[in-house]
Amino acid sequence: MNPQPQAPLTTANSPLTTVLTDHRTIGRQYLALSLIAVAIGTLLSLAMRIHLVWPDVAIFRQILPEDYLALVTLHGTLMVFFVLTTAPQAGFGNLILPAQIGARGMAFPVLNAASFWITALALLTLLSSILVPAGAAISGWTAYPPLSAVAGAGPGQALGMDLWLASIGLFAIGAMGSAINTLSTVIRMRCEGMTWERLPLTVWGWFTAALLSILAFSVLLAALLLLFCDRHAGTSFFVPAGDLVSGALHTGGNGSPLLWLHLFWFFGHPEVYIAILPGMGLTSMLLANFSRRRVFAYKLMIATTLLIGFLGILVWGHHMFVAGLNPFAGSAFSVSTMAIALPAAAKVLSWIATTWRSRPEYKTPMLFALGFVSLFITGGLTGPILAQPILDEYLHNTFFVVAHFHLIMAMAGVFSLFAATYYWFPQITQACTRPGRLMSERLGRMHFWGTLVGAYATFLPMHLTGLAGEPRHYAQLTGIPNAAAARLLAGTIALNKHITYAAIFLAMAQIPFLVNLARSCFRGAIAGPNPWRSTTLEWRPGPDADAIGDSAASAQAGAASDEAAVVVVHRAPCDYDEVENSFRPQWCADANP
Amino acid sequence: MPAIVTPPDIERRPRRNEENDGGHGRRPPNGRDQKRTGGGGDNDNWNDRPERQRRPGQRLSTYRLGLFFALGAVFMFFIGIVSVFFVSQTTGRIDAYNRYINAWLPTTIPPILWLNTAVLLLSSVTVEMARRHMFHEIDAMEEWFGLGKPTSRRALPWLAATLALGSLFLAGQMLAWHQLAVEGISFRLAGTSGHSFYIITYAHAFHLFAGVGGLIAAVIGLFAFRRVENRQIMVDCAAWYWHSMGALWLGLFAILAFCQ
Amino acid sequence: MPRYPSDVLGSPPYALLLALWPLPGDASAHGPALDAHLLLNLWIALGLLALAHALLLGGLLVRGRRAVGQDEEAHAARRLWRAQYLPLAGLTLLFGFLTLRAERLWAGARYTGADLTAMQVEVTGVQFAWYFRYPGDDGLFGRTDPGLVAAGEGNPLGLDANDVHAADDIVSSELVLPAGREVDLRLRAQDVIHGFSVPEMRLKQNAVPGQTIHIHFTPTAPGNYAILCTQVCGLGHYRMSAGLRVVTPEEFAAWLARHGKAARR
Repeated sequence: MNPQPQAPLTTANSPLTTVLTDHRTIGRQYLALSLIAVAIGTLLSLAMRIHLVWPDVAIFRQILPEDYLALVTLHGTLMVFFVLTTAPQAGFGNLILPAQIGARGMAFPVLNAASFWITALALLTLLSSILVPAGAAISGWTAYPPLSAVAGAGPGQALGMDLWLASIGLFAIGAMGSAINTLSTVIRMRCEGMTWERLPLTVWGWFTAALLSILAFSVLLAALLLLFCDRHAGTSFFVPAGDLVSGALHTGGNGSPLLWLHLFWFFGHPEVYIAILPGMGLTSMLLANFSRRRVFAYKLMIATTLLIGFLGILVWGHHMFVAGLNPFAGSAFSVSTMAIALPAAAKVLSWIATTWRSRPEYKTPMLFALGFVSLFITGGLTGPILAQPILDEYLHNTFFVVAHFHLIMAMAGVFSLFAATYYWFPQITQACTRPGRLMSERLGRMHFWGTLVGAYATFLPMHLTGLAGEPRHYAQLTGIPNAAAARLLAGTIALNKHITYAAIFLAMAQIPFLVNLARSCFRGAIAGPNPWRSTTLEWRPGPDADAIGDSAASAQAGAASDEAAVVVVHRAPCDYDEVENSFRPQWCADANP
Repeated sequence: MPAIVTPPDIERRPRRNEENDGGHGRRPPNGRDQKRTGGGGDNDNWNDRPERQRRPGQRLSTYRLGLFFALGAVFMFFIGIVSVFFVSQTTGRIDAYNRYINAWLPTTIPPILWLNTAVLLLSSVTVEMARRHMFHEIDAMEEWFGLGKPTSRRALPWLAATLALGSLFLAGQMLAWHQLAVEGISFRLAGTSGHSFYIITYAHAFHLFAGVGGLIAAVIGLFAFRRVENRQIMVDCAAWYWHSMGALWLGLFAILAFCQ
Repeated sequence: MPRYPSDVLGSPPYALLLALWPLPGDASAHGPALDAHLLLNLWIALGLLALAHALLLGGLLVRGRRAVGQDEEAHAARRLWRAQYLPLAGLTLLFGFLTLRAERLWAGARYTGADLTAMQVEVTGVQFAWYFRYPGDDGLFGRTDPGLVAAGEGNPLGLDANDVHAADDIVSSELVLPAGREVDLRLRAQDVIHGFSVPEMRLKQNAVPGQTIHIHFTPTAPGNYAILCTQVCGLGHYRMSAGLRVVTPEEFAAWLARHGKAARR
């Protein structure tokens, strides 16, 4: 046994610093932040849905149209940034990535901690915009100028919008710091034997998402800076000459709102891939784990992950088909967008093939992984429809688009977060003095079925209301002055009522999850070292910085001291043998324990 | 009888089949070799050492990699800003009289920018001298033996020179902004072209100011860190960041000077 | 109750396919082709959805008869072809076909401008109303100036009273068009980005301040249709609707004459 030399106790490694910069602590902090954000975002969406079908119901007070738009803005911003970008990438990434590559921590622990606190500050700033007298920003999470550039364009567009800008700017910096950490860790700190082809697909997902983050968030930061200058420094990058807003004539230079759209969507589209790529990697690994199968076409999965990441940079114009672009550009973006359907379809085929005739164990993580596949298929199939500009001309900014991105991003993405939570709960709860625990399977199954049914019940009808012409961001469907418009919108109210009921049901279905989470932290079944019989390194038993006080693990560790102290990877992951019901983890030198 | 007699405890260590070394072990890996089998060590017992000390230069290359990605982000940021510069240049509008108006009035760069560019290039030279002194092999080995801090001693004046030149550059930039303002193109009064000029130069100056901060941190590190490796990392990263800011400035300057 | 131009969409199978999707009635010349393509896409999506789920669930429910985990090289290659490359090739062809069809329709609608004999109408979106301007007898739009905008005094578009061409411009808050004549809309916005959308004409285009964007279409069936704003523009976004009234050419001429007199007054 080689004793670790005791490092001198300086501020750099005092217990407090160690805790603050420990990657698992930071991962948990990010997850807690995302949990807060998703809870608030869900409540906001419920308020929106209730107001839409029962406009006279007061929630704390009457919801005015600007309140509704503020709800929309906050809901979108919270969910896209603080839930879907944070939890899969920074939350679970920090928690699990180092272990999965055999490293002892992330490459830059102080940067890691700083990124978290910057992100937390960003969330606080965003939430503080609710308390501003004039209200929060109302320009949506996309913040198109001149609505977002001119303070007089609407309530909440003064200080509320400034706070939104500050929040997202801080978030972008935090996200970039986190991405730098992820990339450096994956490239430089893999253990011996962990070649690129042996990296778990989750790590490939984190890696690609981090690459996209570096490229995308900086452009967002540039756009935010320019918008800030337009608002406060008298520039005119996005506001055209002669713009007349609320009686105020813009006499500065000539700018183009379309420029913002280009910059924002150049960020915005990679952003949604950042949100989904880790989940796709996790789904592959989970399906393999519980089917006791190899991932079908592993190398192809690596290639499609990278390809989706790369193509994701080339498709931003499909958000702008009817925005005033040159129609030829529309055609070009349409082709590149349709091209993304192919690697995505390859992934779906791999998932189906991995579980094909395998009779898997239907543990909760597996259920959510299957749910991810289902929702990804459903949400993804409306993508090619929207990718064709002539069809987008009808469907742009209708609820058809809302259905599409909620199914594929909100629901599938969130399903991958649930799967990760159930799967890695032992890792989340394991600490020096506490063993890892498992969440309750019974509550988990309840949660799964409720959420799956609720998700489909809420978002499938939205396709129909969208096809009927219901636009997005409408604060009400009644009280419309024009008769023909009123008739058209009134026709969607019945379906909207069903959607609201389903949304309430969907929100309620999360209660078993919260109860499960709270209870299992203290009373959950104690997980063994490798409860899911997985092959990836995070389940390797052995003396770690956070070793469990588990006699079995330390006995095993004591017996193979050399092996346990040093991580060596011998094979690719997912070496399961379903016939003999055995498996060979990545860290075992020979056949199975 | 094997050609080399090995002590018993080494023989007990499990030897893996993948090594084709005939049983004598290999040379210690140097940091430049690309390891086929991952980011860690290979053969021998480098893996037994605590993480981040497996290979000479592993920490340095990790920090360099992090810096590379950070610079990638900075580069994309400037691409965003510069693209606005180009788009604004070619964006016109049709006015009420049906005339096409392009209100881009090219901003003539203040000539002092040429001097600033020269100063920045010179500062890149000085910081590179400092960086090379930190890695001078004989000096590093002397430090390792505990014979003082010759690397720091030699690098310090060059770092100080870089700091001075960098501050001179920033002062020169402020002078350039002042000159523009005196001509009537202050930020408040400038048109789109002037705004773009200011935003680009402000953003670069901000990042260079951060680089000055990095240099100051490196200087402090020269006194604060005992291990030569840490000091090398500080100076190396500061130096590479500085070079990147210099290269970026060359690009931005060329765009501002010749692409209007 | 949706209304369909019976001469185009009268066939029973088409009506059946259409009836399952709640598309509003379609009254423009390019609409039926768009609808047909949209329906094709929707049914293909539904079919692929069913197929994918059938494969997923079927694969889960059926027990494998042999060990499918450990495969030799050749078997693995064959499985890869069957499960990945062939379906992907099929999907490529399918999506390629759909894209080509879509691009043709898009090119037809957008690549070229309106016919030279198309009627010109200017649409201006302001917070929170649509205004429609007809050029009047001289066929030319008068000069507008944002500095002259005074909605309270009946000049919401800022028409320059000194411009001779502006005198006969007709400004209306409802869009009236004659059936069967191609119209070229010039979309403008005064303050923020608005989305000009006529669902029943299958028409949508953002109106961007600082730009004049042209779209053209031909309304076919007389009726009252909704114009909605589809780009969030502020607190009145949901109320920013207007009416499109398509009338017979004679009624349109009469309407123009009536309003022309009013404008000249």
